[in-house]
Amino acid sequence: MPATRSTSRSGVSFLGVSFAGIEKRFGSFFALRGISLQIHSGEFVALLGPNGAGKTTLLRTAALLAAPTRGKVQYTNSEHPGQPLDPSATKRQLGMVGHTTLLYDELTAAENLTLFGQLYGLDDVSARVTNALGTCGLGSRAVSLVRTFSRGMRQRLAIARALLHGPRVLLLDEPAAGLDRAGLTWFSATLENLRKDGCTVIMSTHARNESLELATRAIVLAAGTVQHDSGEQGDPRPLLAALRADA
Amino acid sequence: MSTARSCAILLGKELRLEFRTRELLSATIVFALVIVVLFSFAFDPTAAESRRYGPGLLWISFLFAGSLMLNPSFARERLNDTMDALRLAPISPFAILSAKMLANLIFMSLVEVVLVPVFSVLYNVSLAGVVLPLILVLILGTIGLTVTGTVFSAISSHARLRELLLPLLLLPILTPLLIAAVEATASLFVEQPELDRTWVALLAGFDIVFLTASWLLCDYLIEE
Repeated sequence: MPATRSTSRSGVSFLGVSFAGIEKRFGSFFALRGISLQIHSGEFVALLGPNGAGKTTLLRTAALLAAPTRGKVQYTNSEHPGQPLDPSATKRQLGMVGHTTLLYDELTAAENLTLFGQLYGLDDVSARVTNALGTCGLGSRAVSLVRTFSRGMRQRLAIARALLHGPRVLLLDEPAAGLDRAGLTWFSATLENLRKDGCTVIMSTHARNESLELATRAIVLAAGTVQHDSGEQGDPRPLLAALRADA
Repeated sequence: MSTARSCAILLGKELRLEFRTRELLSATIVFALVIVVLFSFAFDPTAAESRRYGPGLLWISFLFAGSLMLNPSFARERLNDTMDALRLAPISPFAILSAKMLANLIFMSLVEVVLVPVFSVLYNVSLAGVVLPLILVLILGTIGLTVTGTVFSAISSHARLRELLLPLLLLPILTPLLIAAVEATASLFVEQPELDRTWVALLAGFDIVFLTASWLLCDYLIEE
């Protein structure tokens, strides 16, 4: 189980997130029904559940992309646990991989990463971009337009974009979609490194995803509510094994 | 990061995307030219009629071209949900909005640079001696058109019938701007041209009101 440390190996403090009575409505449809969760810094949470359970909506709420109809999402720094972070400070620490790539098809891989590196105010953007492209295996395609990429290559680039600014909280919505065997291996290794460095990860996925071996907590959503939660100190493996057996 | 710096980065992205494909700009220029040419064929105006009706035809061409050009401004961010990526970044929503406004202002100005000389030739309207005041009117009118159009493009981008919705929302709102721009332009097309400062002041006032409103409402415009 993860220890809740005060700083990471890189000396950056950890972030935790709390969902307090989150309700999200689209017209008369309730996507989330009063979800309350406390996710501590350094946890690796597997968010599971059937289609339409509310996983994506919860992740979008956590990413501050969708305002809850009721309730509150708060990020806290491990060094100042009583003080919620303001949205701008929170955004600097958030990384997200969504259902879509969040990339511009008519820009090259390097241009996409450079754009977001600049928007996050990173130092030495060019070196970071080169390093990120090399790490995700797209170094030789840096100047190719994204629209010429395969689905798996786009997904690798989407993950590289989400990690470019060194986020302390990573929100992943079906991140392995489209990745080939080599891509999955790279992605699992990347997640392992992030977990070791104390990054908080919330990953929506299906029960057969290999990266679930890294999970320290499993939460199952159904019809917008938390159906099962292995808890911060609990062992997620029995719950994941049961879900795999059902799948 | 300052709003100005974020805006400059995003403006660079907008220009790069458009000049790489030139889809929007070339289609808008062709569309605007077609309107001006069709009006010319339909009315076959004399020199006096051109001076009288020309400003109206010119600004209606700009409005139609603008409503065509402004529509994809936000709609194309829906592809791959790139607007989410911008909203995830630690930047001001006004930086996103103002970058799009500036990009649209540049694109619309390029359309006008092509369209005005063609209009002058087709309608036999001499621009000698009125170029500078005409540029002032064009700049003020185009700022109003692009600021308002970008705001309504953001609003209509979530709608299913956004291509239809944008002109329906935009054109009535632009009526005061259209009147002021046409009157100010008409004051330059008469035999003794003198810029009508009242209409110029109205144009400037329109720009200030809508620019301020867009700044105040940008959080709501950019959010989901």
